[in-house]
Amino acid sequence: MTLVEKIELYSLTLLKGAGFTIGITVITFCVAVALGLLFGAIKAFNAKRELSSLLSFTDAVLYLSGRLLVLLINVYVEVFRGLPALAVLFILYFGLAYAGLQLGSFAAAVLGLGLIGGAMLTEVFRAGFGSIHQGQREAALAVGMTPLDALRHIILPQTWRITLPPLANYAIGLLKDTAIVSAIAAPEIMFFARNLVTRTFDTEIIYLLVAVIYFCLSFPLARLADRFEARARAGVR
Amino acid sequence: MSEPLLKVENLHKSFGSLDVLKGIDLELGRGEKIALIGPSGCGKSTCLRCVNYLETPNRGHIYLDGELFGEKKVGDRHVHMSEKELARQRATIGMVFQGFYLWPHLTVRDNVAIAQIKVNGMARSEAYDLAGEVLRKVHMEHKSDEYPERLSGGQQQRVAIARALAQRPKLLLFDEPTSALDPELVGEVLNTIHELANEGRSMMLVTHEIAFAREVADRVIFMDDGGIAEQGPAKEVIDSPVNKRLKSFLGQMLERH
Repeated sequence: MTLVEKIELYSLTLLKGAGFTIGITVITFCVAVALGLLFGAIKAFNAKRELSSLLSFTDAVLYLSGRLLVLLINVYVEVFRGLPALAVLFILYFGLAYAGLQLGSFAAAVLGLGLIGGAMLTEVFRAGFGSIHQGQREAALAVGMTPLDALRHIILPQTWRITLPPLANYAIGLLKDTAIVSAIAAPEIMFFARNLVTRTFDTEIIYLLVAVIYFCLSFPLARLADRFEARARAGVR
Repeated sequence: MSEPLLKVENLHKSFGSLDVLKGIDLELGRGEKIALIGPSGCGKSTCLRCVNYLETPNRGHIYLDGELFGEKKVGDRHVHMSEKELARQRATIGMVFQGFYLWPHLTVRDNVAIAQIKVNGMARSEAYDLAGEVLRKVHMEHKSDEYPERLSGGQQQRVAIARALAQRPKLLLFDEPTSALDPELVGEVLNTIHELANEGRSMMLVTHEIAFAREVADRVIFMDDGGIAEQGPAKEVIDSPVNKRLKSFLGQMLERH
C-alpha cells in the first residue's frame, strides 16, 4: 500500500467513529447543561431566600427542603468534580455490571460524562445567575411578570450572555475528552485508532489523522462559539 | 369622601430580629400624591416595597381600589395569593427604582414593551405603539433603539418611568428615583415626575429631595423608626414642622443643599 492509499483507508475507518464522537458530545452536552441549569438555579435562588420572610408552616417546609436540596447538590458537585472521568466511566460500565446492571458503552459514556459536566456547569450557572442583580428580577415582578416569566424573559437571557464563554469552552473540551470513552469500548474515533494501530503498527500516520479529525471538529465549534458570544453581547459596551 | 385608592392597614415588617415597620396606617386618595420622607433606615423604602408586595408584610393588609392586595380571604383567614394572581395585581402598580434596573439585553423600546407583549398578550405592533407614546411622554422616543447601558443615568431613569407608564398603572411608586443620579441629572428626572404629577396621577414617592416633595406632593409623611411621626399637607409639614425629629431632619437636609 502506498502512503496515499493508507491515509485514505485509515481516514475512512476513523471517520466511522466520528459520528459516535459527535453523538456522545451533543447528547452529553445537553445532559450536562440541563443538570447544570437546574442545579445552578436551585443553588443561586436558594442562597437569596431569607428566613425572615417566612410566614407559615408551608413556607418553613419549603425553606428547609430547599436547604436540603442545596446540600445534596453540593455533595453531588464535590463528588463528581473530585473523581477522574475514567474512574467514573469504569464504575458505571464495569461496576454496575458487577451489581447486575449492564449499561451499554454509549449509555455509560453519556451518563458518566454528563454527570461530570453537570457538576461543572452547576457552578458555572450558579455564578451566572448569582451575578445578576436582584433588582433585575424585582423590576420584572413589578411590571407584572410571575417569577417564572422573570426567569424566562429577564434572568435567563442575561445568564446566557455571561455563561456562554465557559459553555463554549466546555463543549470544546468535551468533544476532545470523549476520546477516553474508548476505554469502555465505545466505538468512537480513538477506539478505531487503537484498533488500527494494533493491526498495522502505523502509529504516526494514524494518530496524526486522529489529530486532524479532532481539530476539524473542534475548530468550527470554536468559531460558532465566537459568533454566539458576539451576538449575545448586544447591548453591552 | 369617596373610597381611597390605596389603603395600608397596620403594616408590620421585620427582617430577622430587626423590626423595620411597626404598624403603618395610611390612605392615598385618587389623584393624590404622597411623599414619604425620613432618615435612612426609617422604613420608608420598605413601606413602599410592601405596597406592591415586593416585600411580604409580616402583619397588616394592603387594599388597592377596595381590593385586598397580595392576599385573599378564605373563610375569615387571609392567605397569600398565587404568584399568578399576585403578578396580575402588581401589573396595576408601576414602580420606579433607585437603581433604574432597566434590562440590559433589551432595547429601550423592548424594555418598555416586553411586559405588555409577554404578560398581557398584546400584539407586538400595538405594544410598540404604546411604547412610543410613553417614551414620547418622558422625552426619550429618540433613543428607542438604543440599549440601556448606552444612556446616561437620567435617561435610563426616564425610560424606567416610561416602562412603568406602559402598565397604565392605577398608582405609581417611586423609590428614591434620583438618589443614584449625578447632581446635574437630577433635574431632568424631577421635571418628568413633575409633569406626571400635573396629569393628576396617583403617586407615592420616597425621596430625599425635600424641596421637590414640598412642591409636588399633596401630603408629606415623615417616618421615623418604623412609624409615622408626622403627616399633613406638604407645605405645612415642611414649612412648620412640629415633631422634634422632623425639625432636626429638615435642618440637616437644608444644610446639605
